[in-house]
Amino acid sequence: MNLHTANEWRPQTVPPSTPVREAIGSVIYEFRWLAADTAMMAWRNLMHYRRNPETLMSTIAGPVMFLFLFNYVFGGAIGAGRDFNYIDYLVPGVLIQNNLFTVMNTGIGIASDLQKGFVDRYRSLPMARSAVLGGRVCATSLISFVSVYWTLAIAMLFGMRFHGDLLPVLLMPLVVGVFCFGVAWLSALVGVTVRNAETASASTFFITIPLTFLSSTFVPVETMPGWLQAFAEVNPITHVVNLCRNMAQGGPLESYAWITAFWIALLIIGVGTLATWSYRRIS
Amino acid sequence: MDNAIEVRQISKSYGKVVALENVDLNVRRGSVMGLLGPNGAGKTTLVRILTTLLRPSSGSATVLGYDVVRHARHLRSYIGLAGQSAAVDDLLTGRENIHMAGRLYHMPKREVQKRAQDLLEQFDLVEAADRSVKGYSGGMRRRLDLAASLVANPPMIFLDEPTTGLDPRSRLELWDVIRNLVSEGTTVLLTTQYLEEADQLADEITVIDLGKVIAQGTADELKHQAGSEFIEVTVRDAEETRRAAGVLSNFAENNECDINEEDNIASIMVEDGAPLMVQIVRSLDAEDIAVANMAVRQPTLDDVFLALTGRTAEEAATESEQDQD
Repeated sequence: MNLHTANEWRPQTVPPSTPVREAIGSVIYEFRWLAADTAMMAWRNLMHYRRNPETLMSTIAGPVMFLFLFNYVFGGAIGAGRDFNYIDYLVPGVLIQNNLFTVMNTGIGIASDLQKGFVDRYRSLPMARSAVLGGRVCATSLISFVSVYWTLAIAMLFGMRFHGDLLPVLLMPLVVGVFCFGVAWLSALVGVTVRNAETASASTFFITIPLTFLSSTFVPVETMPGWLQAFAEVNPITHVVNLCRNMAQGGPLESYAWITAFWIALLIIGVGTLATWSYRRIS
Repeated sequence: MDNAIEVRQISKSYGKVVALENVDLNVRRGSVMGLLGPNGAGKTTLVRILTTLLRPSSGSATVLGYDVVRHARHLRSYIGLAGQSAAVDDLLTGRENIHMAGRLYHMPKREVQKRAQDLLEQFDLVEAADRSVKGYSGGMRRRLDLAASLVANPPMIFLDEPTTGLDPRSRLELWDVIRNLVSEGTTVLLTTQYLEEADQLADEITVIDLGKVIAQGTADELKHQAGSEFIEVTVRDAEETRRAAGVLSNFAENNECDINEEDNIASIMVEDGAPLMVQIVRSLDAEDIAVANMAVRQPTLDDVFLALTGRTAEEAATESEQDQD
């Protein structure tokens, strides 16, 4: 693009609507800038973590706390009389829960940007508008993906072992990462909708806690009363956690995989589009 | 194409609330337009429309020849906006903030680095350049915000209340920065609640009140519109002030004399002050009133605002704050 100094400026003619071939070129051009702008915004958000490392506290300490609490405090009771090692059962659940907490920061950040009038600056720039959301989503998703390995390391110290085949075990963190990328878009939608950091933070709590506890995250669903089982059975978290669990420990994958894939697609394509659309509409 | 901005009959309403009503505005290229009005007059709404952040309800506007609605995306490459709320990122350094803005204008990396250094020097931010913005003073944040909005050398820049909330020294510094911009040929549209600021910086002033343009012209023209000049006579005590007022009211355009009892000043509005001075001195002398000081005063923009709206700028601001509550 051309940059003019004030004195060189002359009126530009707006490019006329382009024929198909040029349209393809312009799509590639747009996509390139979308990627560059998103990367820039992600960089900004990653710098926030670097300058304010305490915001990572819950991501780092969360898995240690939950693994300790559930394995040693509740583990004896939950695992008693069952044919599995509770820590093996527990880890995928803690992984998903902790990563949900991490990516749910997406919306809080977006809401606080909107609150501070920061977004006006971005919207007056020639950058891709969706990059403001995309950048945050990518930054939190990246952090959450890296934290998978941290959680697994802690879990292995606590005695967790993999019993699944090599390929599913290696792919399991990726499933967690992609699912959380989708949930990050949900959080972005929350942030754009409430436009207030405190409200976003509170809504996060009310979304994450019921979804993770009323599922197979910590206990087998069969132990719940029937009406609760009915909810837990349709809760997407149950399916993702079961998929990750069977990938790590061996077990049937297919049915969980399809349902998880459906939810991931819904979150990324459906919710992602909705969030971007809501953001564009803000005026 | 001599106009950088052409606004035709722009209106904007939110439900029943009318923020702007049939606003017309032309801004010559390379000039400074001051948009003057109290809080809630519609200044920011107009700036938001012109910077493509808001769509008008009706009417049309072009900036640098681009329609603000149809060519919004192209236009954004050629404008800079420094808003009321200093949109700089607290956790990044000054340099990083400018860098980020430059990259989002899609400037090449190397060019941004060079430009960032130039701007940091120009805005006296070199020392603080690599510290995080969290520790910056209010004035520094505004300067950084302005620097970031100038990174792409935009030929048109919008400053929305650039000095609101700044201490007097920082305000003067920022004024210098803005004057420099203009000397480089940038067109500036600035909004302000401060009459003095508009008087100091703007080539032309548009007065907005309650979403409507109520006056337009140079500072001098506006002052002229307020009508007249003032003759102020300072005497020794309150009693003499009253007597002087009796004499002066005969010379006044409206046969009225304002008394400032605190400072013993009597003042009248007249068409043309200078020729009357001698006569006034003689008449006062005949009444045995000793004149301590006598001056012809041009109307200030405060007088203009009062003449145009029937209330002072401060009253208007208070009113609209109450409206908002």
